[in-house]
Amino acid sequence: MYALPGGAVRRSLLLIGRGIRSEPRTFALAIGSSAVWGAAFVGVGWLLGRLTDTVVVPALTGGADSDVGTGDVLRAGLLLLALAVLTAVSVAGRRIWAGMAALDVQAGHRRRVTEQYLRLPMSWHRAHPTGQLLSNANSDAESAGYVFVPLPFALGVVVMIIGAAAAMLAADVVLGLIGVTVLPLVLAVNAVYRRWMTPAVTRVQAERAAVSDVAHESFEAATVVKSLGTETLEEERFAEATHRLRRANVTVGKVRSVFDPVIDLLPALATLAVLVVGAHRVASGDIATGDVVTASYLLTILTFPVRAIGFVLGDLPRSLVGHERVARVVDARGYLEPGRLPLQGGGGLHLEVEHVELGVGRGRDRRRLLDDVNLVVAPGRTLAVVGSTGAGKSTLVDVLMRLTDPDDGVVRYDGVDVRALSDEARTGAAALVAQQAFVFEDTVRANITLAEPSESPITDEQVWDALRLARADDFVRALPDGLDTVVGERGTSLSGGQRQRIAIARALVRRPRLLVLDDATSAVDPEVEQAILANLRRQECTVVVVAYRTATIALADRVLHLEAGRVVDVGAHEELLARDPGYARIVTAYARDRAERDERDADRGGVAR
Amino acid sequence: MSARIESTSDLGVLGTLREGLRLSPAIRRGFGVTLALAVVATLGRLVVPFTVQQATDRGLVGGVDIDLVVRMCGIAAGVLLVTSVASAWVNVRLFSATEAGLAQLRIRAFRHVHDLSVLTQNTERRGSLVSRVTSDVDTISMFVQWGGIMLILSTLQILGATVAMLFYSWQLTLVVWVVLAPMMVLAPRIQRMLNGAYGEVRARVGAMLAAISEAVVGAQTIRAYGSGQRVLRRIHTAIREHRDAGVRAQTLASAAFATGVLLAGTALAAVITVGTFLGLAGQISVGGLLAFIFLVQLFTGPVQAATEVLNEMQNAIAGWRRVISVVHTPVDIADPAEPRDLGPRGPASIALEHVHFAYPGGPPVLTDVTLDVPAGCRVAIVGETGSGKTTLARLVTRFADPVRGTVRINGVDVREAALEDLRERVVVVPQEGFLFTGTIASNVAYGRHPHPRERVEQAFAELGLLDWLATLPEGMDTDVGQRGESLSAGERQLVAIVRAYLANADVLVLDEATSAVDPATESRINRALTGLTEGRTSIAIAHRLSTAEAADMVVVVDAGRVVEVGSHAELVAAGGRYARLHASWVVQSG
Repeated sequence: MYALPGGAVRRSLLLIGRGIRSEPRTFALAIGSSAVWGAAFVGVGWLLGRLTDTVVVPALTGGADSDVGTGDVLRAGLLLLALAVLTAVSVAGRRIWAGMAALDVQAGHRRRVTEQYLRLPMSWHRAHPTGQLLSNANSDAESAGYVFVPLPFALGVVVMIIGAAAAMLAADVVLGLIGVTVLPLVLAVNAVYRRWMTPAVTRVQAERAAVSDVAHESFEAATVVKSLGTETLEEERFAEATHRLRRANVTVGKVRSVFDPVIDLLPALATLAVLVVGAHRVASGDIATGDVVTASYLLTILTFPVRAIGFVLGDLPRSLVGHERVARVVDARGYLEPGRLPLQGGGGLHLEVEHVELGVGRGRDRRRLLDDVNLVVAPGRTLAVVGSTGAGKSTLVDVLMRLTDPDDGVVRYDGVDVRALSDEARTGAAALVAQQAFVFEDTVRANITLAEPSESPITDEQVWDALRLARADDFVRALPDGLDTVVGERGTSLSGGQRQRIAIARALVRRPRLLVLDDATSAVDPEVEQAILANLRRQECTVVVVAYRTATIALADRVLHLEAGRVVDVGAHEELLARDPGYARIVTAYARDRAERDERDADRGGVAR
Repeated sequence: MSARIESTSDLGVLGTLREGLRLSPAIRRGFGVTLALAVVATLGRLVVPFTVQQATDRGLVGGVDIDLVVRMCGIAAGVLLVTSVASAWVNVRLFSATEAGLAQLRIRAFRHVHDLSVLTQNTERRGSLVSRVTSDVDTISMFVQWGGIMLILSTLQILGATVAMLFYSWQLTLVVWVVLAPMMVLAPRIQRMLNGAYGEVRARVGAMLAAISEAVVGAQTIRAYGSGQRVLRRIHTAIREHRDAGVRAQTLASAAFATGVLLAGTALAAVITVGTFLGLAGQISVGGLLAFIFLVQLFTGPVQAATEVLNEMQNAIAGWRRVISVVHTPVDIADPAEPRDLGPRGPASIALEHVHFAYPGGPPVLTDVTLDVPAGCRVAIVGETGSGKTTLARLVTRFADPVRGTVRINGVDVREAALEDLRERVVVVPQEGFLFTGTIASNVAYGRHPHPRERVEQAFAELGLLDWLATLPEGMDTDVGQRGESLSAGERQLVAIVRAYLANADVLVLDEATSAVDPATESRINRALTGLTEGRTSIAIAHRLSTAEAADMVVVVDAGRVVEVGSHAELVAAGGRYARLHASWVVQSG
């Protein structure tokens, strides 16, 4: 399991442990640099004190008589310079490696998440909104790695804490104890801080999402807004969400505003306490003045590690939430493991579907999408699938293409269970033109061959042939770089009909033995659609077409009427018209509507000129 | 000519800061008081070192004076508490002011996006526009909350420390400045490099997200064609390139920071060495040198902090520029200075006179289009994809202005009418009936003057859609889901039609849906459209010839020119382009 088990503390430790184990070398370097930095930082303070006592003061007070020579002075300067170099190098090392480690952890999450997206079946995809999946790979993966940026700093400076605490206790146990108490106090303040902060931050995140939602919705609706003149209404809606976010941010700000000075105050007050107690102990002769100075200096040094630990504690809640959301994707199962069988033969494929059942949800929420579906399409024949919205047509397409496995029943290509076929055999035999024609952000050529130009077995000539069959050759030729034109979101934009034609060419170029069209010509002009359908008819393959228009149905040898996941009837168009009233209602709706309109126009008598 | 939304403004750093503050006036509110408090809070940092030094010198060394130490520590504790309160107060004031200012900026940019013409809006992806009012503003917030004041305080501290240092020794002050000079000279160059590096990271994030979104949006196609490995390769490359760009930027930033650390350490070493020699030459006393060492740290601390802040400022400036570029995009469809009245309410006549149109930098889309539509006429515009039929309809709504020629409603040039008046009279039913999250009723009631529930109910009845409402689980109160996703495309269009019906326009522009709709919904849409267009002038961008059949007047557009105008019957009889289109459609629909 990728998800982290246990309570908050255990999950936090597991998160950190796993991150470190995934990039052990980088983390070791980062933590090591951090420790060196801590040592160098303490070293500078210590050396400064020593040099003042042994070089600067004797040299200046002793005047010409002092035994401090030019060499001693230069050596002191060089020593300080060496420490400065060490500090700088270790700071750079810590920052670079810590950043690298966090980026690597994030990249690892992203790779795992996207691998899952490509392995999980369509049924899983259909159950998860696009926006959510994108944010899993983006902001969730990112926040899951946040904590690793300050982590090496915090772990490295633990050395500093131990060193400083030991030195303080060595100077004087009583003063040392005062100093050491600062640590648990800071942690306690931090615990309170987190208790106040977590709900406040959670609210900010929710409000931020709300602002983004309103903006998204409103900008997507820009045309509606303009058309109805509701700009001010939208502004008010956005302002409301923005002010809620502002208030949430200010609440977070106030918590931080109060706690930051408190955290700074603790070591400062402890230093004053050390002075007062130290004065008493010097008076009573228990310790020397130097011990007091040392103890108060060490206390100021402690501020740093305490802060670093605070950063880690502050980032942990966000990282845990991010990791949890990533884990939900990574732990999802239901892969469609391919078989190994190849598929022999050519020409149209013999397609069989036997007792296919498919449902979604569990328990009382369970809904059947497909219910005992049976069908056979003989090689080279065409089957049209007709049914109203939500009848299960697209689910059936998924099952036919093995984009989802049924819960029960079997789909066979030429008598072979598709689950036993290798991926190459299956994708080589069957091609799909989906309802939403999808275009990759790539060249027209690569959108059709789906391969790098150097690796593609498909020649440009074949690409042009397929484009011609899909009636896409004219507009592709008119594109600025022809086949090399980059299309897709950041390339040349294509109209819905053009995208559909590219998708059809992509299917046809493979000379599939089974072609599945899911309402694939809806956005194409009628004239062009006719030509494409005529071309399809001439192909030597078995065709299953989800149809909405009589013209498409006319292309088919047989029609399957699907309602609520069940096959209502199968047969020739005329047979179904005669015996299946539901089917008749669907296909005559167009005609009926047209008749109604003709009648109305007759009544109006026509205003046309 | 319509404006573009640039990806970033080309203002300089100072110009960006000035303009950013102008757009968020609330940030400056009470800033004087905040700054004064911040100076007090910063002085608080000196309390402990000062007390330690004084108490040690006067109360511990050479005879312990407990009373003095206790008194000094007591006073110090009091001062610490006061400065801590000041510090907390500063933070609260900063948070409140900057959040208020950023809210102003967000709302302003948001409103501006809506004020831009459709053409301008379409020059930028919606997702990118959203980030202008969300994440781009967020990148500013870090800087304005902490960075801005830190920069001011750091500068004050650097100046103060310099004056104090000069008081003790001009020679040593010169040493410090000379050592730190490279940093100040190099800073702008380093900033530019960092800017480039972080710009690259942002670009890589975009590319990575685009690659990942293909795996999500194209899941069906990718699986069906077994091209998962190829897509995965592309994604992994994009992820790696983003990671590498991130490492490069961080390495650069770390190196810059480490240089600062090194120079600060060098300054300290140089001061001790040179200072001791100066002392030997009698130029400075022990006390003076020790004080100077303390001042050096007061000087280099803020120099380093300032470089960190400058890094943050780069990010903020980048974010600011992106927001400012939105606010600065000119509104090219604006209200006239002295609007003319569009005449009495009721069906309006439309006229296009020698209209030419081209998208910026593109080929002509419409060429010399002249068209007369009498009041109350139902027009269908037909033509192939890309023929210019959508553009033609858009010009009537003044979503864009023609390059040449005039569009008139009731004889008035639409450019001379108040936009509010125009929007009141001309309403568009867009192709994708966009719905807001909420119920069917709330979506229908959506409008400038929200409609009461009874009116909404009545509208459904008048358009003959009660039977449709009856099929829905909660009738009018059925939740439409995010962006209306719980409804089918056809049902979404029904809602959009009822919404337009309630808007009670004089002219309707109908962008017919191309997506397939199941027959029952299709016939409901047609019924509702008939009710909607009754008694109004309407222009339909027809994708189905059934619409053209039913229209009073058919306009055939081809390659940006109007090639045929007439009734359906006339055009079929004429045997031209329309007749051919129609013949192929008849074959299709059987």
